[in-house]
Amino acid sequence: MAQRGIREYDGKRILAQNWQDYFGNDFEYDFKSILITPETDLDKIPEEYPWVKETPLVAKPDMLFGKRGKLGLIFFKKEKPGDVTWEDAKEWIKQKMSEEVEINGVKGRLTHFLVEPFVPHKPEEEYYVAITTDEDEDVIYMSAFGGIEVEENWDKVVEVRIPITASDEEIKKIIKENVPAEIKDKEKFADFVYRLYKLFRDLHFAYLEINPLVMVGNKVYPLDFVGRVDDTAQFVAGRKWGELEFPAGFGRDLTPEEKYIKEMDEKSGASLKLTILNPEGRVWTLVAGGGASVVYADTVADLGYVKELANYGEYSGNPSRTETREYVKTVFDLMTRNKHPEGDKILIIGGAIANFTDVAKTFDGIIDAMKEYADKLKDVGVKIYVRRGGPNYEIGLKRIKEAAEELGLPIEVYGPETHMTEIVRKALKEGQEAA
Amino acid sequence: MSKPDYLLFDRNTKAIFWNLNRNAIQRMLDYDYVIGRDPSIVAIVAPTQSRKFDKFFYGTQEIMIPIYKSTTEAAKDFPEADVLLNFASFRTAYDVTMEALDIPTIRTIAITAEGIPERFARTMRIRAKELGKWLIGPATVGGIAPGAFRIANTGGTIENIIKSKLHRPGSVGLVTRSGGLFNELSNVIARNANGIAEGIAIGGDRYPGTDFLDHMLRYEKNPQVKFMVLLGEVGGTLELRVAEAIKDGRITKPVIAWCIGTISKHFGGEVQFGHAGAKAGAEAETADAKNAALREAGALVPQSFNDLPELIRGVYEELHAKGEIPEIQEPEVPPIPEDYAKAVKAGKVRKPTNFICTISDDRGEEATYCGVPISTVVEKNYSIADVIGLLWFKKKFPEWASNFIDMVIKVVADHGPAVSGAHNTKVTARAGKDLMSSIVTGILTIGPRFGGAIDGAAKYFKMAKEKGMDPVEFVDYMKKVEKIPIPGIGHRIKSTKNPDKRVELLKKYAKENFPSTELLDYALEVEKVTTSKKENLILNVDGTIGVLLVDMFRALGYKDEEIDELINAGAFNAFFVLGRTIGFIGHYLDEKRLDMPLYRHPTDDILYDVKCDVE
Repeated sequence: MAQRGIREYDGKRILAQNWQDYFGNDFEYDFKSILITPETDLDKIPEEYPWVKETPLVAKPDMLFGKRGKLGLIFFKKEKPGDVTWEDAKEWIKQKMSEEVEINGVKGRLTHFLVEPFVPHKPEEEYYVAITTDEDEDVIYMSAFGGIEVEENWDKVVEVRIPITASDEEIKKIIKENVPAEIKDKEKFADFVYRLYKLFRDLHFAYLEINPLVMVGNKVYPLDFVGRVDDTAQFVAGRKWGELEFPAGFGRDLTPEEKYIKEMDEKSGASLKLTILNPEGRVWTLVAGGGASVVYADTVADLGYVKELANYGEYSGNPSRTETREYVKTVFDLMTRNKHPEGDKILIIGGAIANFTDVAKTFDGIIDAMKEYADKLKDVGVKIYVRRGGPNYEIGLKRIKEAAEELGLPIEVYGPETHMTEIVRKALKEGQEAA
Repeated sequence: MSKPDYLLFDRNTKAIFWNLNRNAIQRMLDYDYVIGRDPSIVAIVAPTQSRKFDKFFYGTQEIMIPIYKSTTEAAKDFPEADVLLNFASFRTAYDVTMEALDIPTIRTIAITAEGIPERFARTMRIRAKELGKWLIGPATVGGIAPGAFRIANTGGTIENIIKSKLHRPGSVGLVTRSGGLFNELSNVIARNANGIAEGIAIGGDRYPGTDFLDHMLRYEKNPQVKFMVLLGEVGGTLELRVAEAIKDGRITKPVIAWCIGTISKHFGGEVQFGHAGAKAGAEAETADAKNAALREAGALVPQSFNDLPELIRGVYEELHAKGEIPEIQEPEVPPIPEDYAKAVKAGKVRKPTNFICTISDDRGEEATYCGVPISTVVEKNYSIADVIGLLWFKKKFPEWASNFIDMVIKVVADHGPAVSGAHNTKVTARAGKDLMSSIVTGILTIGPRFGGAIDGAAKYFKMAKEKGMDPVEFVDYMKKVEKIPIPGIGHRIKSTKNPDKRVELLKKYAKENFPSTELLDYALEVEKVTTSKKENLILNVDGTIGVLLVDMFRALGYKDEEIDELINAGAFNAFFVLGRTIGFIGHYLDEKRLDMPLYRHPTDDILYDVKCDVE
């Protein structure tokens, strides 16, 4: 992963925490945002943030998805804008947390909310600014017509391209010369965008959007904030980010098995990935290597079995025998929970020709797991197809074949002389014809 | 460097390797050896290494490769090296690349690190383009020019390299993103065509330093390349640039292309398949769209990855039949000598050892003293004497013996500042010397006249007892035959009337705890004879320790000859050396604490009597 979405709350917090360094006293930002999670004790909020009792509020979910206004998920009025009290916001959040919602076709629960003071303003005060990256340039979008209708008014958005090697003077000049005509205080706006761009660059943002952006004199109100940062820059920008969480997309909560593998991956020098696509699926894969794993998934789909593809995943970077065993056990556990109505399940143990991963060693880990799950695998009915090359592959293939046969598990084993994905064809075509 | 522009590497290419990655460097040299070229690595850059060079194998020979603190310094000494293999971590790879880009003699940089921030990757890329230099990577295994130059680990093991015909040039130009599939494709091409002429894995990141097209345009100009294989991936538009180049005629050689990740259309954007760069942001970035665009442009695109080998075979056979691809004479391949450590592990070789050790072993999980793990020594509360038992005599002493040795060490630890050894230590310390030098002057003083009486007493009393001399006979023998005072007899001030308390304690302990004190009893008989002549000719502390050690070893089951061996080896004296070192260290530390100036002996304390025959 590289570019990761961050919460609106974190975006604004980062802005506030770095405000002095980038905006100094020339601009003011009164950061007042509260992140509410299922763990938050709502009754303690007024104690910690007394202002919630003194000002009208806005509440909205903070879970990476956009178009909240259009989805009716921004709570800023009961009867008229600006009449939402803390008690109202609290009730609204409690209510929303308790019901299942569907966002862009994905069902799930709302868990994270943002609470902020309501900022009264006129629609014509809503500006728009967004910054993104392209190959050799960064791109800044500016408009005097921000707000939820910005896309409808896209022809009024000015796009400027900044070469990534541009000097500060060049950047200032490019921005200044391109401020949209409709912006009231052009100089102030240009200065703000320049500073925001500097922060964007230094903090390794990949995307940053403030819409609407309201500016009153020196006061800046970023009413919404969307951001993605390059997580590989943790070692450069981590201190300026502060404690930053990268939430999964809405409804993409990890299953316990996926979570277990993810945790293992984070602790290991090797790479271990697992995504469950269809737990009822018939075709399960244990593939070594990031590229090879994609090729196997492709091939299953090419042959018309995408609906039966149960998982996507890969292990690589010379995992230890124990790590391999735990990874494989997790997959075996999932695939032996129920029988497939149409017959035996298919297990593809695949991989390209390894560079330096010791094939015999990783296969020993697979064999360990096989032994533990032999009975369950037999109960469900599993046919195994293996293809792998690389250091010690002959030993690895021989051992896995012998182990499977000893355990009474049907297995076919191939080396680098057989094309990598040929086992998928064998499994799905020949295997099915024979059955 | 007279190689044509379209080549990044030839058989003369020399490289600087950033990071002391011993395995990768050795693999490159093994490859060099196999293809019969000179070592390709001329220098290593490792800023934190204090060593000036490291040794590597080239065949069976060892060669030295110099280590530098910076690429700039290395490049100054090796201007012929035009390749930098940047094996720095993701934290430093950017700085290393930026430094190297500014070095005029470096033309190509391969970057292996994964996880370089995108902004850094983009900056490196644009800087390299401005300077007309070549970046391969980041996040890549690199590439290979078969028969000429191998970047680090590309191609895997030597066995695989030869099986995949990566040791001599074939006719196919290969570009891929990932390193794992690079190997696979090399293998497919070796099996279905005649192997690759050059292959580059551009890396899995969103912003590779050079992309497919950059390299394919080189292949287009390279007469050795007869057709090309491109393995692309979902995400980004790099493959579309290749399609454009085929369309507008910049690429005319046959191109076989396939983009992996056709699966992603079935799962929208929710599932991340494969590399960081592998995520389609728009319809045009999907694998299907790119495969279609390549097909439409005139590339040969299979229906599935599974059909790739057949397609490659088809093109190869067609070009071969037309005579465009000549037959290749397979070269002889010398075997790579097996690494000694590996061969030992496999039980294939053996060699006689030069040293033997029978007292301790540091090879296991934990070091052991004579088989006892150090943690056990601590947990079981072994005394210092017990440790001495294990390491000097390979025995776990019974408690009575341990306690005795403990007493010996305590008793001999110091005897004031005036004795010669302590005095020397003090004088040396005052001369400003360090701990080692100072205590060594003290220890070097130990010998026949200072502290050496333990050995001597043990030796002579034991000899006399064994020969059956009665005490009078022994005293006579020492006087007439050996012509020396009996070691261990006599004290400067102590006497029968004023006995040495230390001796009394040792004797008492031995009487109460030793199974037998045969030699002590004999020595006491001798003492009776000597003290009858002169009151202070008592059995002194050295003598007592000497004879009691003999009694102790006897009781522990040592034979007479074995005890003689111990005495001759200096084992008895060793107790004094060990104990007294405690005192010497004390005197040294005392001097340092007091910070006394250099000692000069007063002249009035020296009798000067200089009479020489010199004119």
